[in-house]
Amino acid sequence: MTGEPVLEVRDLCVDYGVGKGGVRAVTDATLTLRRGEVLGLAGESGSGKSTLAYAVTRLLRAPGVITGGEVRFHGPDGVLDLLEADAAALRRIRWDQISVVFQSAMHALNPVARIDAQLTDALRAHRSQLGPAERRERAVELLRLVGIGEERLRSYPHELSGGMRQRVMIAMALALEPRVVIMDEPTTALDVVTQREILDELMQLKDRLGFAIVFITHDLSLLIELADTIAIMYAGRIVELADAQRLFHSPRHPYTLGLLNSFPSLHGERVRMEGIPGAPPALTALPAGCAFHPRCPFALERCAHETPRLTEPAAPDGAPAPDGAPADRSAACWLHTGGEHVPAPLARVLGSTL
Amino acid sequence: MRTLLRRLGFYLLAGFAAVTLNFFLARLLPGSALQNALAKLRGANLDPDAIRALEAQYGTGADHSTLSQYLTYLSGLLHGDLGLSTSQSAPVSSILGDTLPWTLGLVGTATALAFVVGTLAGIVVGWKRNGLLDGLLPAVTFFQSVPYFILAFLVMMTLGYFGGFFPYQNGYDTGRHAHLTPGWNGPFVTSVIEHGTLPALTVVLASLAGWMIGMRNMMITTMDEDYVLVAAAKGLPQWRVAAVAARNAILPTISNFALSISLVVTGSLVTEIVFTYPGVGWQIYQAVLTGDYPLLQGILLVVVFTVLAVNLVADLAYVALDPRARKEA
Amino acid sequence: MRALRSPKVLAGSALLLVLLLLAVVGPLIAPHSADWQADRVSGLPLAPSGRFWLGTDQQQHDLFSRLLSGGRDTLLISFLAGLFACVLSVAVGVTAGFVGGLVDDLLSALANIFLALPGLLILMVIMKPLPPEETSDPLLIGSVIALTAWAWGARVLRAQTLALRAADYVEAARVIGERTWRIILFEVVPNLLPILASAFIFTVIYGIGTYTALAWLGVISPASVTWGTVLNEAQSSGAAVNGYWWWYLPPALAVALVGIALALVNFGIDEVINPRLTSARTGRARGVVFRLGLTPVLKSAAPQGTAPAPVPLKEAQP
Repeated sequence: MTGEPVLEVRDLCVDYGVGKGGVRAVTDATLTLRRGEVLGLAGESGSGKSTLAYAVTRLLRAPGVITGGEVRFHGPDGVLDLLEADAAALRRIRWDQISVVFQSAMHALNPVARIDAQLTDALRAHRSQLGPAERRERAVELLRLVGIGEERLRSYPHELSGGMRQRVMIAMALALEPRVVIMDEPTTALDVVTQREILDELMQLKDRLGFAIVFITHDLSLLIELADTIAIMYAGRIVELADAQRLFHSPRHPYTLGLLNSFPSLHGERVRMEGIPGAPPALTALPAGCAFHPRCPFALERCAHETPRLTEPAAPDGAPAPDGAPADRSAACWLHTGGEHVPAPLARVLGSTL
Repeated sequence: MRTLLRRLGFYLLAGFAAVTLNFFLARLLPGSALQNALAKLRGANLDPDAIRALEAQYGTGADHSTLSQYLTYLSGLLHGDLGLSTSQSAPVSSILGDTLPWTLGLVGTATALAFVVGTLAGIVVGWKRNGLLDGLLPAVTFFQSVPYFILAFLVMMTLGYFGGFFPYQNGYDTGRHAHLTPGWNGPFVTSVIEHGTLPALTVVLASLAGWMIGMRNMMITTMDEDYVLVAAAKGLPQWRVAAVAARNAILPTISNFALSISLVVTGSLVTEIVFTYPGVGWQIYQAVLTGDYPLLQGILLVVVFTVLAVNLVADLAYVALDPRARKEA
Repeated sequence: MRALRSPKVLAGSALLLVLLLLAVVGPLIAPHSADWQADRVSGLPLAPSGRFWLGTDQQQHDLFSRLLSGGRDTLLISFLAGLFACVLSVAVGVTAGFVGGLVDDLLSALANIFLALPGLLILMVIMKPLPPEETSDPLLIGSVIALTAWAWGARVLRAQTLALRAADYVEAARVIGERTWRIILFEVVPNLLPILASAFIFTVIYGIGTYTALAWLGVISPASVTWGTVLNEAQSSGAAVNGYWWWYLPPALAVALVGIALALVNFGIDEVINPRLTSARTGRARGVVFRLGLTPVLKSAAPQGTAPAPVPLKEAQP
């Protein structure tokens, strides 16, 4: 992948609750976000994707606790270990380098504060050299960035439409031109048309300003369009990590395959829809071994006893990928650790006919 | 604006209802009760004019229709005429004129103090969430659940009688050795403050816990909102994040203030009785002892109107603080 | 129920039970009847002694006996007031919240009016002229007190009913065609119970305070001796300034204790209504501090569930 890393997560573990009664919500999460890249974090509700994203920035609410791993942020001043950082250091990089866009703008905007105040309060905290006039200018600029008129500066959140509020959230997140923007299902609550508009604007802004995005969603089809890299999460673990095209055309993990098969295709012949039988497990009662094995059509004997780690899959024929670059992908599945017969749907190679 | 007009209309209606209720109160009582009371008064050598006035006020002299009595009553009210006190042979309005400032001073100061301190304490305890409240719990619960006059008794005994820290009777020193002239002079004002401390302390203690716990609970609920997390995510200083939460949490507190003001007022009046403070409360006690109905009813009306006025102010404050309330379909 | 595990609720309930028990059996176990007089001549209250645990008042009544027997009527009337007020609150509040529209407007206005009226004062005005036979009837006093106390509960119940009415399962019941009264009774009311319990407790606290105050002020003269009447006699004999603390302090403390017990139980109910209010959080006992925006980092050696309490390797200092 191009670009230097801006956020590195290694073996991150997050629990809810301490000691007895604690539940592990995220286990051994490892991923790398590069500058200007869009990393999609996909999974069902309860898969741990939001937990992971918030834990990375230490914004996870009580009783969340980080119980292992490392998170390194590559900022303009050097590398910062986010788990070791003290409150002051975190505060410095918050919003300035890493910002967050929440799912529901109605709940994420302060109902008693005007829009201009909410756009500029971070400016006041991080850019104290700016005066009130300059802050106001910046606020107008930000609104223009997302296509909202200046007359809305003095409005309150409840006076705006849903789409407008989401745009304000995005503008707010970009106020200090951060390196990383974490977006937690930013368009789920909107209608499809508005969703499309906002996402298009977002991608344009990303290209212009060069920030990286961690895009959390349960809608895999969206990610395949928008993301450069996609991480699929299941029961608190990343089960597959690959660039979007490879994931879509040549998935390696049975769960990914199941997800992809759940989308009807607009073109081609009519195919029988397949869902994934069963339901995701409760975090308090995870199956032994691989958490997906009860629902996996390709489960092996060892899947019920040993939990697979995220590793680079051995190619089915040992050959490198057709596009020449080494495949930068990983999957947590015993089928791909070599020596096993890989079922055909999980052994496709990018570029070959399907 | 329409909301405010609606509220104003409601308050006028409530005031009207109170006035009408007051009018009919004496008339709805079992006839024998009122007759007995009046008979007692007649026997006590009351001025015949006053007796006639009373009969007119209570409709026992049957020369006017109820409706005309009602209208007379209403017009009297509009002129500030609250009737004649039977026990003190003075107009109720002048009695109230003398005693109301004492009560307003005491209740006003104490309530304002309790509200401000309680709200601030609630914000801090709600924000810190380190269980400080658990340590304070016995004390807080005690003050919140004990009736005002019991609390007044206990305060009077511990700090006043046995402790001797503050005087516990009257509004200022009326003892033989004090030569105080009422007015805005140093010794008098000092004495007033001294004598007002224990009653004010009672009111503060009784109501503070309520504000504090209410505000604490609202802070905890508000801190779960996304916009507070956003404020933290923005890297704002801690106090600013707390301020965002507090600014939102305070809205229901204002509503609660208005709701509970009638209880606070009642409690304060009772406190005055315990401390023989020369305010409206003491007048109520006298009125009850002597069966002075005009005074009782006059006080009732004034208290009701004060409570309604406070409610109106609270409503105005709420609309000023919550932009969502201004937009009413 | 979770509420029963809270130490506050347990303490409060225990205290309440003790007090209730005393109220019921008090008159039976009191050494003397409340009206018994040691002698009819002396007018001097006696300090507490081995013979009279709480001393006597001016008329040589045994104050300990008076304390024991004074609780019954007080508590009875307070609970009656609470009960009647609850019935009224539910009737008005739930109807207003559920039916909505003009009915809601009218009932809300009614509740707001009652809320603004100072209960004790109105009761004083109403009850003063009434003859003693009527004012000593527990049902009557209980109902009249309830008339001034229902408004707050009605408001709170209305708000909750409004929220519940919009809930999916209520909509579902309505769509199925379940009759309105059945919906109210079986879907809405069970979810109102915690709030109703809280309102009941507050009303009882209000009731006991009001009733005792009315007796203390001499507005009503109950037939049997209550804590309020003892206070009334103490007040008129100037017990406070004369130093006869054993006369008025025990009944005052008794009223305070009932209030405290009820408030503790109410605290527990509050935490059931909103579990987030529970101050005990898992982890705090192990030295983990949860701060908004500062997720704690605890790196332990063993996987979760098998290790002893983890040693915090690094905890960001605020």
